[in-house]
Amino acid sequence: MNRKKLIELRGITKSFDGEVVLDNISLDIYEDEFITLLGPSGCGKTTTLRIIGGFETPDSGDVIFDGARINDTPPYKRHINTVFQRYALFPHLNVYENIAFGLRVARIRDEEEISRRVREMLEMVNLKGFERRHVTTLSGGQQQRVAIARALINKPRVLLLDEPLGALDLKLRKDMQNELKSMQKRTGITFIYVTHDQEEALSMSDTVVVMNNGSIMQIGTPTDIYNEPKNAYVADFIGESNIVDGVMIDDYSVKMSGHTFVCVDAGFGKNTPVDVVVRPEDVDVVAPESGMLRGKVTSVTFKGVHYEVIVDIGGFKWMIQTTDYVAPDAEIGVDIEPDAIHIMNKSEYSGMFGDYSSFSDELDALSENTEEEED
Amino acid sequence: MKILSRLYLILVFIFLYAPIAVMVLISFNSSESTTQFSGFSLYWYREMLRDSATLEALRNTLVLSISSAVVSTVVGTLAAVGIDRMRNRFMRGAVMSVTNIPMMNPDIVTGISLMLLFVFVGTLLGLESYLSFWTLLIAHVTFNLPYVILSVLPKLKQMDKNIPEAALDLGCTPLRSFFKVELPFIMPGVVTGFIMAFTLSFDDFVISNFTSGSSFETLTIHIYSMIKKSVKPDIYALSTLIFAAVLLLLVVYNMSDRSERDDARGKKRRELRFRGKEGGAAK
Ligand SMILES: Nc1ncnc2c1ncn2[C@@H]1O[C@H](COP(=O)(O)OP(=O)(O)O)[C@@H](O)[C@H]1O
Ligand SMILES: [Mg+2]
Repeated sequence: MNRKKLIELRGITKSFDGEVVLDNISLDIYEDEFITLLGPSGCGKTTTLRIIGGFETPDSGDVIFDGARINDTPPYKRHINTVFQRYALFPHLNVYENIAFGLRVARIRDEEEISRRVREMLEMVNLKGFERRHVTTLSGGQQQRVAIARALINKPRVLLLDEPLGALDLKLRKDMQNELKSMQKRTGITFIYVTHDQEEALSMSDTVVVMNNGSIMQIGTPTDIYNEPKNAYVADFIGESNIVDGVMIDDYSVKMSGHTFVCVDAGFGKNTPVDVVVRPEDVDVVAPESGMLRGKVTSVTFKGVHYEVIVDIGGFKWMIQTTDYVAPDAEIGVDIEPDAIHIMNKSEYSGMFGDYSSFSDELDALSENTEEEED
Repeated sequence: MKILSRLYLILVFIFLYAPIAVMVLISFNSSESTTQFSGFSLYWYREMLRDSATLEALRNTLVLSISSAVVSTVVGTLAAVGIDRMRNRFMRGAVMSVTNIPMMNPDIVTGISLMLLFVFVGTLLGLESYLSFWTLLIAHVTFNLPYVILSVLPKLKQMDKNIPEAALDLGCTPLRSFFKVELPFIMPGVVTGFIMAFTLSFDDFVISNFTSGSSFETLTIHIYSMIKKSVKPDIYALSTLIFAAVLLLLVVYNMSDRSERDDARGKKRRELRFRGKEGGAAK
C-alpha cells in the first residue's frame, strides 16, 4: 500500500511522580487510517493520546507530525482535534455555539458560513433540530455527537477519540461504532481511537495497537492480532484462547498434552519450548476413541449461538465452543486442524494466561464490572 | 412538640428582628423621644439628608466598598486560578492556610497590625500623612481577598479539567480559553465573592477605624463619632436605609442560583460563630 506517514512516535517515555507510565513507545500512524490503542485501564492509552494532542510533553522521545518535530508545539497550533472521554462540552453554550466554537476562535466572521458549516456537522452526526438546545439537557449519546461535531468542524488532519463510547449502552454503542467507522471513511481524517474493549477494536480498526503497562505488545491488523498474537498476553486479551505449553519438535510439528500435532508454523528450531494458542471455536469435538486428545467435560454453558464447554485434558482446562450439545461429565475427544494452531515464543507472560481452570461466568462478570467502574 | 418548635421559631425571630423593628419605627417618629411615638413623619430622614458630613461619609463608603470589591475580586480570582493549578500538594496546603488565617484573625488584630505597617512604611518613605483612602483600600482588599478566593475555588474544582483543554484543542490560546470558557464557568463564584467583599467592606468598622486618616471618613466611623456626641434619631433613619439596602441586596443574591455559593457562605458563617464565641481575644 502506498500510504503516507502522518504521525510518528519515536521512543516516547513519560513518568508521573517517578512512576513510568509510558516506556519507550514507538508507533507510526498513516493518513486516512483508523488506528486503535487497545489495552486495560491504566496502561497508558490516554497519556499517549494526550502526548499526540499536545496536552502532555514526553520526558524523552520525539513526536513527529507530517515530517516536523512537534514536541513543543502547543495544542492550539496542532491540526489535531480531540473528543474527550467525558465529552467536556462547554456548559454555558448551546449545541450550535459549542459546535461553532472552533470557527469563532479561528475568527471566521461570516455568520452565513458558520451557520452552513454547523448545519453540515449537525447533519453528519444526526442532530438536526438540536441547535438551540442546551448541552446539559442532552442524553449521553447526544452529547457524544455534539463533541464529535465540535471536534470535526475545523477539518483536522487527525481526530483523537478517548473511549468515546464507554458511557453508552450496548445498543447505542454498536450503532455509534458503525457511524464512527463510516464517518472516518467519508472524511478521510485519521482517527486515533482509544478503547479497552477488544471487540470494538477488532470491528472498527484498520490497525490495532495492543498496549500493556506502558509498552506496546503488538501492532497489526485486526486479523493479524487475532490469528497471530505475538505472546500469551495478546492472545489472552484479544478474545478467548487456550494457551498450552508445548514443544516444537521440528518445523510444522508441535507436541502438547502428549500428542504431536501438525501445524503451519516453522522456524522455531528443534525441541524448543513454545506457547501454543488454540481458539475455542477451532476445536472440534469428536468421539473419545477417535480424538487426537481426550478429556472430561467439567461444565457446559449455553451461549445462544454455541455452547461453551470446559474440558479437562490431562489436568489443563480447555475452553471449547461447539454448536453440538455435550453432556457434563462426558468423556469426549477433540481434534485440532493444523491451521488452527498458532505457535508463539515463550515470553514473560507465559503461564499467566489461557488456562480456564478458575473459569466461571460469575467471576468474569464481576471483574468486568469493576473494570468499568474504575474507568 | 410542634408547638414548641414553632414557639422557638417565634422567639428567635423576636430576638433577631425586634431591635431592628424598634429602630425602623423610631426613625419615623416625629419627636426626638425614643420612648414615645408621637406620630409618623419623615423629619429625621430630611434631617439626615441635610447633614452633608453624613452624605459625604456615605459616598466615601460606597467608593471604598465598590473599589475594594472590584480589586479583591480581580486579584482573588487570579489567586484562586493560581492555587487551583498548583500541582504540589504541600505547597497548595501551605498557601491555603496562609489564605485562611486572616479570616480567623480578630479584626482588631488585623486593624492594629495594618496600621503599624502603614505608619512604618509611611515614615520610611517620609510621607506626611500616611493614612488615607489608599491605606484604607489596601486594608479592605486584604481582608476581602480570602472570601473571594474561597468562593471561586470550589467552582474551579468543580470544572472538568478537560473543558479548558477542549478550548485549547479548538484553537484558543490559554488566555482566550480563560476568558471564553473558564471565566463563564466560574462566574457564579466570582459574583458571590464580589457581593461578599462589597458587604464586608461596607459594614467594616474596626479595621477601617485603625487604617483611615482624618481625611477620609467612612459611614461606620462617622456614625460612631456621631454617637459619641449625642444620639439623634437621624442616625436611626440612616441605619434604616442601610438595612433596607442590605435587605434588597440579600434578596437579589438569594434569587440568583444559590446552591453554588453554599460552600463559601458556610465558611463565613462558621467564622462569624467562631468570632462570637471567642469575643475579641486573639486566636
Ligand atoms: N496527570 C497525572 N498525574 C499522575 N499520574 C497520572 C496522570 N495521568 C495519568 N497518570 C497515571 O498514569 C497511568 C496511565 O494512565 P492513562 O494513560 O490514563 O491510562 P489509560 O487511559 O490506559 O487508562 C495511570 O496509572 C494513571 O494513574
Ligand atoms: Mg483513559
